[in-house]
Amino acid sequence: MTALLETRSLSKNFGALLATRDVTFALEAGARHALIGPNGAGKTTFINLLTGVLAPSSGDVLFKGRTINEVEQAERVKLGIARTFQINQLFRGLSVLENVYTSIAERVGAATNMATPAGTRRDVIEESMALLERLKLADVAHRTIAGLPYGRQRLVELAITLGLKPEVLLLDEPAAGVPSAESHIILDAIDALPKSIGVLIIDHDMDLVFRFAKKITVLVRGAVFAEGTPREIGANAEVRAVYLGQATHGS
Amino acid sequence: MAVIFDIDVASMLLGGLAAGMVLFIVSVGLSVTMGLMGFVNLAHGGFAMIGGYVIVLAMNRLGLPFVIALLVGFIVIAAVSVVFERFLYARLYRASELDQVLFTIGLVFVMIAGVTLVVGPETQPLNLPAALQGQIDLGFMTYRTYSIVLIGVGVIIMLGLWLGFERTRMGAQIRAAVDNRRMAESLGINITRLFTITFAFGSGMAALGGGLGAEFLGLDPQYPLKYLVIFLIVVAVGGLGRITGVFYASLIIGVLDFALKKYLPQGGTVFIYGMTILLLLWRPQGLFGRAP
Amino acid sequence: MSVTTPSLSDSLAARTLAGRHRLRWWEPLPWLLALAFYFAFPRYLGFGTEVLIMILFAIALDLALGYAGIVTLGHAAFFGAGAYTVGMLAKNGIWTEPITGLILAGIAGGLVGLASGLVLLRTAGLTLLMLTLCTMGLLEETANMAAEYTGGFDGLDSLPIKPLFGVFEFNPLYSNTQYLYVLAVLFICFVFVRTLVYSPFGQSLTGIRENMLRMHAVGAPVRRRLVICYTISAALAGIAGGLWAEANAYVNLSTLGLDRAATVLIILVLGGYGRLYGAIVGAVAYMVLEHYLSKLYPTAWQLGLGLLLMGIALFARGGILGIWEALTRRPDRSKPS
Repeated sequence: MTALLETRSLSKNFGALLATRDVTFALEAGARHALIGPNGAGKTTFINLLTGVLAPSSGDVLFKGRTINEVEQAERVKLGIARTFQINQLFRGLSVLENVYTSIAERVGAATNMATPAGTRRDVIEESMALLERLKLADVAHRTIAGLPYGRQRLVELAITLGLKPEVLLLDEPAAGVPSAESHIILDAIDALPKSIGVLIIDHDMDLVFRFAKKITVLVRGAVFAEGTPREIGANAEVRAVYLGQATHGS
Repeated sequence: MAVIFDIDVASMLLGGLAAGMVLFIVSVGLSVTMGLMGFVNLAHGGFAMIGGYVIVLAMNRLGLPFVIALLVGFIVIAAVSVVFERFLYARLYRASELDQVLFTIGLVFVMIAGVTLVVGPETQPLNLPAALQGQIDLGFMTYRTYSIVLIGVGVIIMLGLWLGFERTRMGAQIRAAVDNRRMAESLGINITRLFTITFAFGSGMAALGGGLGAEFLGLDPQYPLKYLVIFLIVVAVGGLGRITGVFYASLIIGVLDFALKKYLPQGGTVFIYGMTILLLLWRPQGLFGRAP
Repeated sequence: MSVTTPSLSDSLAARTLAGRHRLRWWEPLPWLLALAFYFAFPRYLGFGTEVLIMILFAIALDLALGYAGIVTLGHAAFFGAGAYTVGMLAKNGIWTEPITGLILAGIAGGLVGLASGLVLLRTAGLTLLMLTLCTMGLLEETANMAAEYTGGFDGLDSLPIKPLFGVFEFNPLYSNTQYLYVLAVLFICFVFVRTLVYSPFGQSLTGIRENMLRMHAVGAPVRRRLVICYTISAALAGIAGGLWAEANAYVNLSTLGLDRAATVLIILVLGGYGRLYGAIVGAVAYMVLEHYLSKLYPTAWQLGLGLLLMGIALFARGGILGIWEALTRRPDRSKPS
């Protein structure tokens, strides 16, 4: 199976702080991969390195076999790598629909148009509404983000990212803040994705992780601690020790 | 011939250094508060102006001696600025940059109008005490006593501030907060209190600079707007929150300004603006700032 | 099996978005009022022309500041570039035709905007603000120095602008031709900006203003958009400057200073930035107040203005239109962009 997104000996340090240590990692097409680890393990830093928010101190990030260290964030999105943020990054003054519209408009190249009104792109509006419908957000499509409950905002964060139709989807704690009754919406949305997409999830909710993942990587203090199938990881005494040593929560 | 040329250059250097010291004393407060809180305070020059007025009027109308007047200026402005900071500025720490710009421009207008109404639109003269007037013999040349005194005062203040920053706990806290505010907060440092203190001190310094520099920069109601860009340049070129940065930047700009006035009378400001643009393009964090 | 559900694009959200650009009933009003002004106040057309020019200048600034979120105090650089282009060409007899002169003014403003934008928009925050001041200061000092070409401190006066279409002369006393000319140019520019703002490009500018990180994360070429927006804004400011030079038949350093840049910023904020019509409301309100108050009590005017700005920054960030919206808003409505 070809690796869509991979890293080779990737390292990142902030002064004396080694945030990412010699990580070699591969995300294949069709992967359902989870990245877990205690707080402060460097999971979000890793995502930031994958997406270009941070530049590595050494090592390489590759997409479809090509090194993309020098490629900027927005360019990587165009290549097909999309991510959600741990803390919602939304357009708070705009409506839910406008949030998703913005993302889809960028993807289809509508945003360079200066001459015709945004509202006449019915195709973009239709696609946005359909996506919102899938995430059970259609009823609040007209409301501004600022007035929505946090869990709903999290779903909008996911909607914006799905609107980009990425080949690689990196989700940083997608269920955090979403009421457990609604967290299945996220899994359902991921299940509905084309099988060729590679998905990497960071989360602390072990139920979600074990239901979703076919492969799990455990990151501890910036380095790969263990890697394997959910069964292997679940049975791994060392992993359990690392987690029990740092009382984790499901949030 | 060489001797005459040296004296010219030396006198230009000394004049430039003195002017640079004034810039430094006025701007150091702005640099630290901007580095600490990220607050765009375009009214900083206004505190310098009002402080200068307090100092000069205390001398001219109340007959206070020079040094006492300086102290009075420092204390009054520091106290006044605390009131402003707690009741007005603090409301805008989380506001957008535009709101901060608008607020501080509005404040400058109020300050300018206030000074015009209370004192009048004329330039206020600084009447130096006899001891500081005249010329001093430096050995290889004589030069204006006051300028030499200013240079000395500036160096002393710089050393004092540097010691304060490097050796005291509060200084360490300020440096930490300038470097990484969030981390400093999580370490338990009370940023709000730190900021009030720095703001008061910085405004007091500005007042000193306004008074001491009344000859170099003048003292009239238009002061804050006239020198707005220069103060910002000095702070940005030096690097936000870096005392050494502000110091060197001020001296460089002071000397440049003097040199250009002499050798390139028409193009001086253009050169400084152009150089600033080029420098910040090459190094957006300023000469001494931390790379982003 | 699909059940016939009402099309999703009939939902409230979709209809709101789809209809956002439609002409509202009150939109022709400002223009009708402006025309009525022409007939009702023939003695005030000089003042009226100044107001119209400032409206255009404020609209130009709104594109950069209100929509893209570029905080600048140096927009007079482009205004002055346009004004001096017209002025220098006319004074030396090189080019005196008004309409094409205006196009040249727009190009001049746009070029300065493009050059400075490419360079300045790599920075942000205080650094960007200060660099906009430096750029404007650079132009101002250059104009001051090159007195041979620019008239230096006194500027260039008695510009020999040719009559419009060869027929309608610019009357220095009554400004009737100027007024209608400027109104027509303003109208054209306004239609252009309105179209731009409601286009997907305009929508993306709002996105950049609201959350730049997110725009990067959806693949938007943020800096390129900002530079394009800044250039267009600069070109429009240049046109405003060119109009100023043509209408007044002179140009001087006041077109380039902090005073003018601060004034247009105040006007825009007073009316309400990011709202398209804020520029109109702000310019009318400010210029009228200034006309009556600033000459009578100049210091009190400055004091009042300062207090007003502080008040706006603290309590009424949306300006006059913001207050209006707050008073008339129905709950849960999608915010009009």
